[in-house]
Amino acid sequence: MASLWRYVLAGLGLAALLAGILAAVYLTALQAPQRAEIARSKKTTNGLFVASFEPERGVIRQGELQSWLLTLRTGAGTPVEGAAITISGGMPQHRHGLPTSPQATDYLGDGCYRIDGVKFTMSGLWQLHFAISAAAGSDTVVFNVLL
Amino acid sequence: MNRFSRLFALLAMAVLAGCGKPAFSDAEKKTIASLGLSALPPLKADTSNRFADVPAAAALGATLFFDVGMSGDGKVSCSTCHKIDRQFQDDLPQAVGAGRTNRRTMPLAGVAHDAWLFWDGRRDSLWAQALAPLENPLEQAGNRAAYAHYIKARFGERYERIFGPLPDLSTVPANASPLGSDAEKAAWNAMPAAQAEAVNRVFANIGKAIAAFERSIAPPQTRFDRFAAALATGTQLPQGDDAMSPEEILGLKLFIGKANCVTCHTGPRFTDGSFHNTGVPPVANLPPDRGRMDAVAQVEADPFNCFGAFRDGDASACGELRFMVKAGPELVRAYKTPSLRGAATRAPYMHAGQFSSLDEVVAHYSKAPASVEGVSEVHPLQLSNRERAALVAFLKTLAE
Repeated sequence: MASLWRYVLAGLGLAALLAGILAAVYLTALQAPQRAEIARSKKTTNGLFVASFEPERGVIRQGELQSWLLTLRTGAGTPVEGAAITISGGMPQHRHGLPTSPQATDYLGDGCYRIDGVKFTMSGLWQLHFAISAAAGSDTVVFNVLL
Repeated sequence: MNRFSRLFALLAMAVLAGCGKPAFSDAEKKTIASLGLSALPPLKADTSNRFADVPAAAALGATLFFDVGMSGDGKVSCSTCHKIDRQFQDDLPQAVGAGRTNRRTMPLAGVAHDAWLFWDGRRDSLWAQALAPLENPLEQAGNRAAYAHYIKARFGERYERIFGPLPDLSTVPANASPLGSDAEKAAWNAMPAAQAEAVNRVFANIGKAIAAFERSIAPPQTRFDRFAAALATGTQLPQGDDAMSPEEILGLKLFIGKANCVTCHTGPRFTDGSFHNTGVPPVANLPPDRGRMDAVAQVEADPFNCFGAFRDGDASACGELRFMVKAGPELVRAYKTPSLRGAATRAPYMHAGQFSSLDEVVAHYSKAPASVEGVSEVHPLQLSNRERAALVAFLKTLAE
């Protein structure tokens, strides 16, 4: 009889462990959408280009006008030249747009465009939407910036 | 050991464990440090005003700031509304100069850090801002030709030592301005272009002198700043003169946490310098006020803006104007986030003095009513009475 109880106890223990693991997985999965993806390099929405977006001086300074660099390449790695770029965005959690109107002000060669007038006035999650039009076609990409 | 003493020992351990728990997380400590006055960067040079850091210009600016001669009727100066012993504001819901305006006087501590001036940002530099009240019929109610004559007669020598020779004003009308009465406009339009330009130059220099003076008005250190500095260096909660009460600490935690105040009231000046619609109601009997929405065209049209002929230095100073947001629904009834330093001792609040106490302000943000026009960015908070009182208690540490 005693050994049977031992099996029951062991079974209960295993069930509890399984429940714990399931709960952990479930909770992590629930939190995942809140943890924004903040990759600085990615494929554009329709896969036309690979875009990367970096602050020109390497660091993000809150509350200051800054220049960023948007680099565009084709899937084969060829720099995208002569692209027309428009920028919008904002803070989705605060229902407001960008505090400035950033613009592509310079083409620096090698698929690299200077995006000037970028300013993040508060901490939190920012989104920058780029609409890109080049000889290869038009595509969009969204970069998340977390301050 | 009997059962009672065992229970007592257990309780004592629990209390001790509670005391050992740090009052702030590392993330909270980082945010608190970012709000302290020691995080305020040194004032950046204003290359659009080459007199900004010239002491003689600041001295002349101070004289002009307090001089009631700088008005149409000789009774109003900058200091009529920006009172030196009242944080450079006037405690009134709407400023009263030559007439009653439709906006609350803004305090001036740290104003030189602002990219945009006025509640709606309708000017893009401190020196361009200083010119607007001089000709506003509800404020100083003068005109630029009269100011040029006044400067020459009263401060000619001081002016010329700073800015160089004054122009020949012998044929300039006594009263003329593109913004004045019909007679003043007619007189202005009859002036040769070079003469109008010369008067505008004197007028711009008046603004540059006043701006040079205003750059010296800095926010003073407060009890919160001492607490923040002590918290950053010490391992324990600050004590004595640097201490904050449990209620004030609760308010601080709410401010940087659940209440989300710090999203806009950020950095050592407690402002992001940007414009937001927070659902603040309009005031009855005042003209329609759409905030930033209507200010965009005004700053673009201002001949004294950064793109104008009176800017010193190159156009690299004009980034804010160049990359300004010119349209969009979020500009409707959006107003500049005010600094909260010293706010507790300068009621009433908001752009037209809508709220008479901090309790009313905090109640507004807790309830977050919809905006009469446009969309409020603020979400309801459901703060308890105790939490609202704690926020007010914290705000008071920024004013003592």
